[in-house]
Amino acid sequence: MFRTVAELVEMAEKDNIPISEVMIRQEMDVKEKSREEIFSEMEKNLVVMEKAIEDALKGVQSVTGLTGGDAVKVQKYMKEKTPLSGNLMMDAVSKAMGTNEVNAAMGIICATPTAGSAGCVPGTLFAVKEQLNPTREEMIRYLFTSGAFGFVVANNAFISGAAGGCQAEVGSAGAMASAAIVEMAGGTPKQSSHAFAITLKNMLGLVCDPVAGLVEVPCVKRNAAGSSLAIVSADLALAGVESRIPCDEVIGAMYRIGKQMPSSLRETGEGGLADTPTGRFLKEKIFGVSV
Amino acid sequence: MKYNSVFDIIGPVMVGPSSSHTAGAARIGKAARNLFGRQPSWAKIHLYESFAKTYRGHGTDFALVGGLLGMETDDPQISKALQLAKEKGLEVEFIEDSASANHPNTVRMIIGDDSDQQELMGISIGGGKVEITELNGFELRLSGNHPAILIMHNDRFGAIASVTKILAKYELNIGHMEVNRKDVGKEALMVIEVDQNVDDTILQELQAADHITSIAKIVS
Repeated sequence: MFRTVAELVEMAEKDNIPISEVMIRQEMDVKEKSREEIFSEMEKNLVVMEKAIEDALKGVQSVTGLTGGDAVKVQKYMKEKTPLSGNLMMDAVSKAMGTNEVNAAMGIICATPTAGSAGCVPGTLFAVKEQLNPTREEMIRYLFTSGAFGFVVANNAFISGAAGGCQAEVGSAGAMASAAIVEMAGGTPKQSSHAFAITLKNMLGLVCDPVAGLVEVPCVKRNAAGSSLAIVSADLALAGVESRIPCDEVIGAMYRIGKQMPSSLRETGEGGLADTPTGRFLKEKIFGVSV
Repeated sequence: MKYNSVFDIIGPVMVGPSSSHTAGAARIGKAARNLFGRQPSWAKIHLYESFAKTYRGHGTDFALVGGLLGMETDDPQISKALQLAKEKGLEVEFIEDSASANHPNTVRMIIGDDSDQQELMGISIGGGKVEITELNGFELRLSGNHPAILIMHNDRFGAIASVTKILAKYELNIGHMEVNRKDVGKEALMVIEVDQNVDDTILQELQAADHITSIAKIVS
């Protein structure tokens, strides 16, 4: 069983297999299941992701009215104008935000690694897919590659905002997506690890400060940040750019920063954006309590 | 290691909005119900730290109650759980407890009916994964690494053997096991971590074994 990204990359290089294959073999071993069983279990998750994006692009609204409809706005903009950051980028952002709009509306999503950060992995997958034309199997492998990196983070640091801030959620999710994009685009396991490190480095210190404690503001747009950064980092790694700080050390830094974060900035809805005049006003409006 | 499967990271499939505060909460509620063996008629739910501060926004209240009603993390009925509880005769009270807890997402659930009551402490550690840390005054050390079976039983000879015999029959390997009792001959608790998930048919057979009072399974 791999404990670090260094071990994960080494295992892939030693057997000359992609990261996704290391994860699949480990899962077969741990669960004592066949490849087909593991694949079909993962495909169910893929189907849920696909359905959530479909729902989002029809337009959803949360109960509070704070979020919803932005994914549709972006898709419309892409049709009518030429986005400055390009169609693929805005498609990913739209689908990532859309997934989280469905989540905020208490729709059904697949946590990757958490619900608040559930947009980054599927958002990038269903955008990159348009350019790379992967097979269904390659799309499922994308999830195994993401999962392999998330597995290391979860076991060496944390993946919940309450424990480590948003860097642990959207930071991890965006980084996982970067690594998976690299593999799908034909990059090496080492390039995946550099892409992961570059994204996570740029998410370090990000706090979890949801307005009124709801997974809406700023969570939905943080998934826009996570998914767009994932694509940029993947491109950097594919271009041969390397992270000076090794991946596992970046995860270690994320862990130590999370440990130093005060509880007001770890999903208590007390600090940061939650504690702005507008944040407090919205909380009072939604729950009818003064704070 | 806390997480041992890729599906802890990619998954669960769930009703939003939060894996720790909604999906995890539903799983703790479901574990509490399974351990109690039936739907309780009342529940006093103490929430701590992040759970106490944000439970309304995350639907933690719906999810815990949904779990008590037997719902899974992806049951669309979760959002209506509070209303359904009323219809099904489950009276619920939430207490925002200001005491500090070891984990930011901690809940203490005291549930019961006319004949019995049960107290359980659970934590939601992220991505929908949960751990049960206390049951009826017994401290548990459920790592959450593996599927586990919790068995409340009477402290009588043969109770443990009857359970292990069934597990052996189905070729289930025990990774970790502990047995606690309150006093000689009184209520006791077996915690068994196994390597694979346990089918419901095996649980039913365990439930029917000698001296067993209730059973619950925790899926890792």
